[in-house]
Formats: sequence, C-alpha cells, structure tokens
Amino acid sequence: MSFFQALTERDRVFDFMTPQASTVDVRHGPILYMEDVTVSFDGFKAINKLNLTIDDGELRCIIGPNGAGKTTMMDIITGKTRPNEGSVWFGSRHNLLHMNEPEIASLGIGRKFQKPTVFEALSVFENLELAMAADKRIIPTLTARLTGEVKDRIDEVLETIGLTALRYQPAGILSHGQKQWLEIGMLLMQRPRLLLVDEPVAGMTEQEMERTAELLTGLAGKQSVVVVEHDMGFVRSIARQVTVLHQGSVLAEGTMDQVSSDPSVVEVYLGADDEEAA
Amino acid sequence: MWLTRPFNERSTQIFLLILTVAVIAVTVLHLAVPAGHPLYVSGYTVGLLGKYLTYALLAVAVDLVWGYLGILSLGHGAFFAIGGYAMGMYLMRQIGDRGTYGDPILPDFMVFLNWDSLPWFWYGFDMAWFAFAMVLIAPGLLALVFGWLAFRSRVTGVYLSIITQAMTFALMLAFFRNEMGFGGNNGLTDFRELLGFDLRSGATRLGLFIASGVALALGYVVCRSIVGSKLGRVCVATRDAEARTRFLGYRVERFQLFVFVVSAMLAGVAGALYVPQVGIINPSEFDPIFSIEIVLWVALGGRASLYGAVIGAVLVNYAKTVFTGVMPDAWLFALGGLFVFVTVFLPQGVAGLLGHLKRRRDDEPSDSETPDKEATA
Amino acid sequence: MRIPCYSWTPRVMPRIVTCLLISLLAWFPMAVQAQEDDGQALLEALDTRSFDDKSDAITAIIESEHERADVWLQALLDSDLQRLKDSGRFVIALETAGLDVTVEDAMTGEAIGEVSRRDLDRLTINNALRSQLRSAISLVELYNGEQDARLDAARRLIGNVEEEQVEPLTNRMAEEPSAAVRHRLNQALAVYRLNQGDVEAVEVLSGSLNSNVRVALNRATQSEDPLVVDAATTALADIEQNLKINRAAETLYFGLSMGSVLVLAAIGLAITFGVMGVINMAHGELIMLGAYTTWAMQQLLPGQPGLALILAIPAGFMVSALVGVAIERGVIQFLKGRPLETLLATFGISLILQQLVRTVISPLNRTVITPEWMSGSLVVNDALSLTLNRMYVLGFALVVFAGLILIMRHTRLGLEVRAVTQNRNMARSMGIRATRVDIMTFALGSGVAGLAGVALSQLTNVGPNLGQNYIIDSFMVVVFGGVGNLWGTLVAGMSLGIINQVLEPWAGAVLAKIIVLVFIILFIQKRPRGLFPQKGRAAEG
Repeated sequence: MSFFQALTERDRVFDFMTPQASTVDVRHGPILYMEDVTVSFDGFKAINKLNLTIDDGELRCIIGPNGAGKTTMMDIITGKTRPNEGSVWFGSRHNLLHMNEPEIASLGIGRKFQKPTVFEALSVFENLELAMAADKRIIPTLTARLTGEVKDRIDEVLETIGLTALRYQPAGILSHGQKQWLEIGMLLMQRPRLLLVDEPVAGMTEQEMERTAELLTGLAGKQSVVVVEHDMGFVRSIARQVTVLHQGSVLAEGTMDQVSSDPSVVEVYLGADDEEAA
Repeated sequence: MWLTRPFNERSTQIFLLILTVAVIAVTVLHLAVPAGHPLYVSGYTVGLLGKYLTYALLAVAVDLVWGYLGILSLGHGAFFAIGGYAMGMYLMRQIGDRGTYGDPILPDFMVFLNWDSLPWFWYGFDMAWFAFAMVLIAPGLLALVFGWLAFRSRVTGVYLSIITQAMTFALMLAFFRNEMGFGGNNGLTDFRELLGFDLRSGATRLGLFIASGVALALGYVVCRSIVGSKLGRVCVATRDAEARTRFLGYRVERFQLFVFVVSAMLAGVAGALYVPQVGIINPSEFDPIFSIEIVLWVALGGRASLYGAVIGAVLVNYAKTVFTGVMPDAWLFALGGLFVFVTVFLPQGVAGLLGHLKRRRDDEPSDSETPDKEATA
Repeated sequence: MRIPCYSWTPRVMPRIVTCLLISLLAWFPMAVQAQEDDGQALLEALDTRSFDDKSDAITAIIESEHERADVWLQALLDSDLQRLKDSGRFVIALETAGLDVTVEDAMTGEAIGEVSRRDLDRLTINNALRSQLRSAISLVELYNGEQDARLDAARRLIGNVEEEQVEPLTNRMAEEPSAAVRHRLNQALAVYRLNQGDVEAVEVLSGSLNSNVRVALNRATQSEDPLVVDAATTALADIEQNLKINRAAETLYFGLSMGSVLVLAAIGLAITFGVMGVINMAHGELIMLGAYTTWAMQQLLPGQPGLALILAIPAGFMVSALVGVAIERGVIQFLKGRPLETLLATFGISLILQQLVRTVISPLNRTVITPEWMSGSLVVNDALSLTLNRMYVLGFALVVFAGLILIMRHTRLGLEVRAVTQNRNMARSMGIRATRVDIMTFALGSGVAGLAGVALSQLTNVGPNLGQNYIIDSFMVVVFGGVGNLWGTLVAGMSLGIINQVLEPWAGAVLAKIIVLVFIILFIQKRPRGLFPQKGRAAEG
C-alpha cells in the first residue's frame, strides 16, 4: 500500500496518535528480564554481567552491600542509565533499551527513589493527580478536568496511605515518613505493572514499617514489586524470594533462609564489615 | 473550557478589575480633563504608560517560563525584539513613497545602501494580516527550534540561561550588520501610520495604549489558564523535580517546549505593541542586559506570581523614568543595588510580601501559594 | 561596503622611471666634489634651487663617505636639514613646538638650543629626490651600519637598485661578512637583472616573500621574452605557495593569541563556576579592575611603564581577589544552592562596579602604555612578523594556566577545594573548613581575573565596558570545554580563538563571531557537558 493511501485510510488511526499501549506480554513467564547487563563509569564496572528475572506478580527483595549496583540497576530499568552491553526486556514485547524514561513509565514501570522526591510546592492531592495514569500528552493535560471518577480514585489512595486529612497541604510540609508514603501513593496512582521501590522504610518508625510491609505484600500478586532494602528485619518480614547483589552481579538467589546460610553471602557481608572496621 | 477557568479565580478577577479601571481612568483623564489641570494626563504620559503595559506583558511571558517552569531565559529580549521587528517591517512598508528617497517599495535605508530590490524576507509585510501573523510566528519559530534543540538534550538550569544569553547576543551582532537587511545600526524608524491611523496623532497613541492594556489582559488570562491547569502543575513539578516528573510518564521536554513557545509568542506581541509607541526598533533591544533586566522585573515583583511580574515591570520602569530624568548617573547604581537587594532580601518579591501580609491578616493561605480549590475542582 | 583601495602599479612605475633618469644625470660630476672632504662644502652644494643639482650634491655626499653622511641624508629626507638665515650654519631640527625649533649643529652634532622657525631655511626636496635619498641611505648604511641596519638597508634596496649602484653593490657583496645581508643583496641585484630581462635572475628570486620581488616578477610576466615569462610565472607560483604557508602560520598565531585572551578571561571563571558552581556575572568587571590597576600603577610610576606593568601583576591579582572576596562574603554566601539567583545578584554587582568606575575615574577609555620591550614585533620573514605584545600575553596565559594546574593538583588548597567540590558535608566532617575553602577558591578565581585584566590592558582599550565584552565569551569557553575541567578550558579557548581567526578572512569579524556562537550553542545541545565532561554518578548531580 502506498504511503499516500496509508495516510488517507480512514478506518485506522495512525501509530503516533494512538495512546501508548500498556499491553505487557507475560504469557511466556517473566515480566522483567535482564541478561548479561554491564555498565561502566570510566572503567569502573558498576554492573557486571547481571542476570535477573522477575516473574509476574512476584515480590522480590534485593539486598547487597554498598556499591553492589542496586541503584544503578534501577536506573537501567527506568531508562536513566544506558548499559554498555546486555539486554533488558519488559514482558516479551518491549525492549526497554530502546525507550526513554517517560515511555518506560507509561508502559507501567513505577519507581520510588531512595531519597523521597515529591513535588513540594504542590499539594498532596495534586501530587497524586499528576501521578495518575492518564493521557499525559500536552493538550489533554492542558484541558484535563477533574472528573468524579478521578477524585474517587485519589480519595481511595489518600485513604490507603493515611494522608486524607492533609490532602490540601503542600507536600513540602510533610514529615519524612509521610513523604515516603506519599511517594508510594503516587506509585499506586500510576497503576504500574512493575514497582521498583528503593529503601522504602528508611527513616520510618516501627509502626510505619509494619504498615509499609502490609501495603507492599498486599500489592504483590496484582503487581510485581522489586524492593531494595538494607533493613534485614524488614526484608525478612516481607520477602519470599531474595536476590543478593555483589560487585554488580548476582551472588545468590533464594528464600531468606537459603540466602543467609550461603557461605559466599556471609563472607561478603563479613568481609565488608572487616573493611569498615579497618 | 480551560480558557475561561481563570475568570473564576479571585486573583484574576481583582487583577482584571484593577487593570480595566486603570486603563479607563487614564483614558478619561486624558480626554475629559483640560490640559493644565493637575489631574490631566498628557499624551506623553499616555505613551509612557502604554510602554509600561507592553513591558508588563513581556514580564508575564518571562514569569511563565521562569516562575512556573524554572527556566531562566536570559534571551527573552530577543523574542520581544523579533516581534518588534515584524511590526517595524510592516510600518516601514506602510511609509510607501513618503520616505526621504521617495521609493515606493524600498525603505529608505535600502535605497541608501544602493539595494535594487526587496530581500525575500520582506515580502508580504505590506499586508497587515501577514505582518501580525509574523509577530507570533517568527518568535514562536525561533523558540521552537532553539527550545527543541535545548530541551531535547536536557540543557537546563544555568546552562540554558547562558546559551539563551549567547543566542540574543549573536542576534544582536547579526542585526547590527547592514547586510542582514533590517536597517543595521539604526534599525527601523520614521514610521507614519498603522492600519491607516496616523502614528503621530494623540488618538492613535491612546488607541495603542488601550490595545496594550487589552493585550496584557488577554496574555494574563492565557498564562493564568495554563498555570491553573493540570499542565501548569506538571510545569511546577518539572521545575522542582524534573527527573521525578519523567518517571511519572510526562515527556518533560515537550511541556517545556510548549510553554517556552507560548511565552516567546507573548513576548513577540509585547514587542509588536511596543514599537509603534516608541517609534523605533533597533538592535539594542537584543542587548543581553535588557533581557536580564526583564528578569529583574519579575524577581522584584515576585517569581511564580503573574500579577507580581506586572507590578515589578511597572515599578522598575517607573523608577527608571524618574531616575534617568533626575540623576542619570545614579540609575545603574540603583538598578544594580536592586538586583542584589531583591535576590538576597526579597526572594519572593513584592507579591510574596503582599501574600505574607495578607496571610498575617486573615491567617489563611493566599492563592498564589495554593491554587483555588474551586478552580481545581 | 568597503572598496579595496590598493593598487601599486600607478604609484610605483613612474617613480622607478624618474629614478633611473635622475641617476643617469647625476653620476657624472661626482669626481670633482668627492675630493673635497669638507662637510660644509658638501652641504653648501645642497643649497641650490635646481633639483638636479641637489641630486648631484646627494651623490657627492654618498661618495664622500663622510662620517655624518647618513645623518644628513636622513635629515634631508625628513625635511629636518635646515640652514640658519643669519650665519649660514647648517642645523638639524630635532623637535618642533609651535614656532620654536630645537636644533643641533649638522657638522658636529652639538646641541644649539631653540631657534625661531622664521630664522630657518629649509632645504626642500621633491619625490624623485626622496626616492634617491632612500636608496642612498641604504647604500651608506650598507657600508658603515651595524648588522641589523645593514640587513634593513639591503632589504630596502630590493627593487630600488640603479644601474650605477650595481658595481658598488657587487663589490660590497663580496666583502659583506653576514650571509643574510649577502642573500638580500643578491636578491636586490637579481631584481635589477630581472628588470633588464635576465632569465637566470629568476632562480635567485624564487621563493622570496619580499613584496618588491613579487612586483618585479609580476612585471616580468608581461615581458616579451617567453623564457622570462615562463620562469617568472613558475617563480610566482612558488612564492604564492610559500605565502600561503606563512599566512596560515599568521592565522594560527592570531588564533592562539585570541585564544590566550579567551583562556585568560575564562580560566578564573572555570574555577569559580566550574569548581565552586557559582555563577559570577561580575567576573568581567574583575577583569576590568585588573586592567585599571595596571593603569593606576602607571600613573603612580610615571616614566616607568615596564616596571609599573610588572608590579601590576601582583597588584591586579590582589585588587580583584579582594573585591572577589567581598562579593563572596557580602552576597554569594547567602545564595548558596540557588544558582539562578546568584547569577542575578552578581549581575547587579557588575552594574555597580561599572558605574563606579565611570563615576570615580571616567567614562572614557584610559591609555595604558606598552613598555618598549613589549612593543614591536619579531620578524620571521618578509611575510610573517609576530607582534611581541601578543606573544607576551600568550606566554603569560600559559604561565598562569600552568600555575593554576599546579595549585589545584599539588597544594593543600587544591586538595581541599576538590574535596569540598565533590562532597561538601563529607569534607566538613573530615575537618576541612568549607567556608575558608570557599573564600580561598573565590579569591583565586577572582585574582586570576585580575591577571587577565593586566594582560588585556596591553591589547585593548581600558574602559568601563572592558569586562562586559568578555563575560559571554568566557562562559562559552567554560561551558564548551566542560565545566570543572581546567584543561578543557585551555583547549576550548585556544580552539575557539583559532576557529574565529580562520573564519574571519572570508566571513568578516562580526559574522565569524556569530558563527562561533551558533556553533557553541549547537555543540552544547549535542554534548551538554562540553568537550571534556565529568563522568559517573557525581556528575549526575
């Protein structure tokens, strides 16, 4: 068919006009698939031949000493950092290495940063509004209206994260823990297929930690969740499957008990302690 | 409709009311009060106020990108000047054969430079509709190309400020060249009439003043409807945490480009209204110092507050008129001091000060901080 | 719009013809007067109305080999050889102030003092005589001058050799100890022979860069002898090639010179902006203050511009460094972490400093004297001479750069600066006083701006707007080179200088600058972190 015919065809919409399809093909198993990924900064290999698979609906914890490459791994998945080698697939259809951050985000990968980043000048309500899954192009955004459905959804999330009373306050005045919660709430608004959560309980009280654990385990099944965390108690309380990273590659994988009895894991953690002591 | 949303906001209502009252008052005092009466507003003053209004529109345009998007453009003078040149070219063509050399087509400076035909980019400027379209298109196109290049490669913050400054500097050098075909050093001047109205008559001057007021009101409403929309909140989000906004799925560079182009077009309109009121456009409008001065107006008035930008533009330019008349040497000291004072002691500007006072009085958040709930709802 | 007003033929041709004619007439009676070794008589002969007789008299003076012959001829050429009306004594005017003329005795060179211009008769000459004089002076100098003077004289003879001079010049060449002078004389004679239609002369001239040689060769291409035409055409092509290389070398030199100015102006900024992350829009004014310090130094030490310039180097550094510290303490420290506000505040300061200079000193440009050892130029060959002041500035820029690299790499301050840049809190907890480091860094960057000002005072006008002209360029250089990288600044500055100079001949100065600006703007889009970016996590900021 000629280009002109294609242009004048009335019964189909052009690719660039169709909203980003968030159809993730998981019929063949994993939702996230990383193979032989390597990243180096000036010769230093932050990630070295990393292989990682996350199944649909899984809750996975990733642990590892400082500099093991946990944050860099998240950067790669979300498109912030490009690997030098390797491949990263979301489902079996989307090659993440060919996409930029917004495209990846609209595919359904949400990320919570290590340091909570919310929009401090906007209110809690508006933070959630912006995060909501919607048509995020310019004109629809300019003419967007708050429908009852949208408001209900925001209210629902506000309820979940316990910030209903603070809905019209600027996010800047929230406490550290509340900001963490708000950020998780923003992730929920995105309705992502895969959630990347970087140190969700840093700076939280015991009670807040418990609620976070509840929330994350509640999400698993519907969504896939990857949690990077230092707090071993927290990891033990939520994890079914744990991956240990060391020097940019996977050192061990298994249940928490299997992993913590693995001699190489013990050595890495004790070795790291030695270095710190020296 | 998103364009009508601002009319529900109290701050916009107050602003439009004050602007309307001021424009009507000046008109009445100019027309109805006899000359010599203490309340009489002279034709000169009307022209001066009209100039301030165009500056105010320019300040609103800068505030839109700086205040809400966090992009400090040090090159908005360029968009203003390009809009001005588009208008100037139309006015030049309107002179017709009444110029010094009496050439029916070529403007005087081209005859002087021994050019035998009109350069291609001057075609069409004898038609008002074309010239007025160019007032929007030319600055918009420059902003589109420049912004597309810059935002695509994520040039932001200080880097963007520096290259916008380089852009206006390069344009200034270019427009100073006679070979460019824009009158070189002297620019475009000796205008006679606009849409058939004699530019030297008092009535036209008053008409231009009112037109500037209307343009400012429209520009204000357009900006307000942008910043009050969800898009405006995406802008603020981009300003405060660009990476986070990307991870939410917004194509930040497109939003930046959109707002940057709208702002450049508003600046172009301001320039187009400025030129017939001052009677000349020359390359000095491209001077990087002028562009930085605009930013000062906004900073003084209050960043991220559109009415603040208007207050700032009027205050600084009024001060400039007074100072340069009374003690010209002191003006640069005052201006320089103002830069330092505002940034160090008044980071929220006059609008921030007003908001602070208001909050103290009735102890509730002002609407420049949190948009009206009715507007959001 | 400018019309080139160059055209050598109409001016040169008649001169050469008249020259030849006069010389022919002049050489006959020389023997008579040459025997008289009386200077007075030699000069008396000049005081005649007939220009032909004067020409004879000039020849006589040359032949006399009188020890003051060169002085007389030069004075005659400059219209300074005059005669007192009452005593008939010949004098040489040294200086004229209104009606009063300071004179010395032409015979002995002793000072006489001031006389009124009305008491003097001037010995007049015409163009033909001037030409003869110039060539004559060359001859005289060729016999008794120093080597440099002889070389200069030999160069002036190229294209101006008359028939009668051929023999003495050939003799002179045999005696001449210096090879360079012999080479020049050989060329001078070759040009003469070429004018006579001698093909072999072309071989000597091939590759010469002297403009008179080119004139002669060009004329030879119009010759009727096809052999001469061929030879001359080939020789001209050779010369053209040679000229091209020299022009390229000159462009490179100008480029490096402009680059060195850019590096000097930008390197201080590379420290305050690149290392500290502070946007100092008043940087240009710190450069200006350095330039004014040089001027002030020369006012304090009148008559010793060289010494004043050398003293201005530490003084300029101190003045700008102190002002810089005042800016840092007074304003910038309150705006930490708000780069855009810092930009605006420092711009305000730049306005204040400019206006301060206008009010206190003057809105007009000040003249800074270039000391003798910096003026003049290094002559490489006829087509290429390098001005000394630019060479000094180039050297100075490199020294300053090397000094900064040493400070940053090998001193405690450099280490602390790098530590504070990379992780302020960590550095503080290790006992580094970050505030002190800030002050020192800012003082260093500002001081270097002052040094740039001292150097610039030798190249451009010193006025209140001096700094403004460099601020945008400086930022461009720093950004182009890669922020936080001193080597990047060096490479960027030098390459921008060279690019600009390469573009200038065909684009013109203004357009070249526009092209460079647009190039940088586009470059930054392509590589937002400049030529030599910092990599890794720290750079993500």
